[in-house]
Amino acid sequence: MNRSEHKLCSFPKSLVRNQDLFAPAPFNAAESEKTGASNYSYWKSTLRTFFKSKAVVALVVLVCGIILMSFLYPVFSSVDPTKVSTDRQDWNLRPSLTHLFGTDGLGRDIFARAWYGCRNSFLLAFCIALSDVGIGMIMGALWGYNKKLDPIMIEIYNIMTNVPSTVYLVLLAYIMNTSYLTLFISMASRGWIVEARFFRNRILSIRDSEYNIASQCLGTPMRRIATRNIIPHIINLIIMEAALCIPYSIGSEVFLGFVGVGMPVDAITLGNMVNHGRGSFTLHPYQMLLPAAVLCIITVAFYVIGNKFADASDPRNHV
Amino acid sequence: MAKYILKRIVRSLITVSIVFFVVFMPLRFMPLNGYFPDEMIKETDEATRMTYLRNLGLLDHPLIQLGRFVKNLFRGDLGRSITVYAKVPIATLLVEKIPVTAFLGFWSMLLGIVAGLAMGLMMVRFKDKLGDTLGNGYIMIVRAVPSLIYLFFIQIWVSKWFNLPLVYYDYKPLSWILPIVSLSLSSVAWYALWLRRFMVDEENQDYVKFATVKGLSKKAVLKKHVFRNAIIPLSAYLPSDLLNIISGSLVIETLYAIPGTGGLLTTAIKEQDNPLVQVLVLMYAVVSIFGVFFGDLLLAFVDPRIKLTED
Repeated sequence: MNRSEHKLCSFPKSLVRNQDLFAPAPFNAAESEKTGASNYSYWKSTLRTFFKSKAVVALVVLVCGIILMSFLYPVFSSVDPTKVSTDRQDWNLRPSLTHLFGTDGLGRDIFARAWYGCRNSFLLAFCIALSDVGIGMIMGALWGYNKKLDPIMIEIYNIMTNVPSTVYLVLLAYIMNTSYLTLFISMASRGWIVEARFFRNRILSIRDSEYNIASQCLGTPMRRIATRNIIPHIINLIIMEAALCIPYSIGSEVFLGFVGVGMPVDAITLGNMVNHGRGSFTLHPYQMLLPAAVLCIITVAFYVIGNKFADASDPRNHV
Repeated sequence: MAKYILKRIVRSLITVSIVFFVVFMPLRFMPLNGYFPDEMIKETDEATRMTYLRNLGLLDHPLIQLGRFVKNLFRGDLGRSITVYAKVPIATLLVEKIPVTAFLGFWSMLLGIVAGLAMGLMMVRFKDKLGDTLGNGYIMIVRAVPSLIYLFFIQIWVSKWFNLPLVYYDYKPLSWILPIVSLSLSSVAWYALWLRRFMVDEENQDYVKFATVKGLSKKAVLKKHVFRNAIIPLSAYLPSDLLNIISGSLVIETLYAIPGTGGLLTTAIKEQDNPLVQVLVLMYAVVSIFGVFFGDLLLAFVDPRIKLTED
């Protein structure tokens, strides 16, 4: 008790003594009107946090390189990925300088096929990501904002996720032939509802969060709340979901090829290459290992980038 | 509560019926040639084939076929397979196949829960250290790499390392190991991922700080407080997992040549075996929709804070 009293007494004394060190500031009208907002920018902080890790930078460079290469190789290379050789000597060649990934059972160059396959798989995956996330976000926003839609949408969700996708894949394959379009339609017709539910949940929780309720009470117009408080929180989710959609759709393509309802046999995709290579694995392991390695690098890279971006877009990690 | 349960049951039944209808109708518009085994198309003429279809009732109006199927269903008659296992009653088929799949599925579910929770605990205990990194690496590989690729390599390489059989034999328990482990890989990742996330969320709660302030060791806080609260949301998925053991995995059952239900639905759809497709879709829809329903009930049962009422 005594000690604290002593402290309390001594405090003003030292204050008085130190007052000589301070000079009174003149009153400045303009300065006194200045508000104290920091120059925090959400996107700058997100990107800074995202690129802080060297591994992420390396992955982004790698993915950009693979995408560039897969679109440039078919333009600049003269190697025909479908050229079948009748000469037995060209079949099943081990990887060498002329054929970097070797050749397959018909003498086709696997290196060239891998890049064509990457391009085709990427195009398919990008289209699916675009439609899933695009439609899913719009439907999710409507679903989240309209309570009346809720029972209907939940019912649609339950139905769509319970009808096996092979049913309409096979049906579509009867109507049109199996092609990129059938595969796209059958995968995209189901993917959007899952994304819609995800966005609906996020939009609901953002809309009902306290700062938005406070904003509404203060009379902020809905348009401003939507553009300033809701959409910025959704954009990072869109990027994340689109990134995660790519490994998912490449994986589905591999699976459907395995089931035998995927792409036509002569289409060059990574999924088809892996499934073909599986048949000759015991004799010529490189025919599966190399395309599978390319495929895994792509899916893992997109998965990691999607997740790291999700972490970086969380303002709690912006320190 | 009773009213809520009744309402949910009625709604689940409606959903199951719609799913069934959505699958049933398009199947009737498949080309007629798909209903014949290959040799039948070569050997018989048009008239015989039409009589064959008429006898199977496939030429009736789709709605009449629907009515007949539902009537038979309530009599306990699931119908007979047309193409995949020609003329075999579907009930016999399921009685033969479900036990095989469910047996492997049950053990893999147990393995998945035990190993997954252990892994999740390890990742929280050594957060941001080696244990966490290893766990995250495992989750990343299982979730990002297409399952077919790693399952194939497990079959080829792991069987060689441990000298295990390459395919499944029902009399050789040693050959059950790889399928069970392969089946559990994704659920291990799933349980570990969510347990870690829920435990990390719980760690910031006031009661955890209080327990630490009381002087409990970090291990005791994790085990007695954080873990128990974190597994509550996970328990909602237990009924679904338990019911889903009958559906099996197409990839694993094909790779290991397991005579289970895994690839049945896809084969049936491809070979246009309408009766089999219908029964399987009905079965899987019931399993998955009621699995979610039981999950909600279990959640309300284990967590008294959750009340099941109409909102």
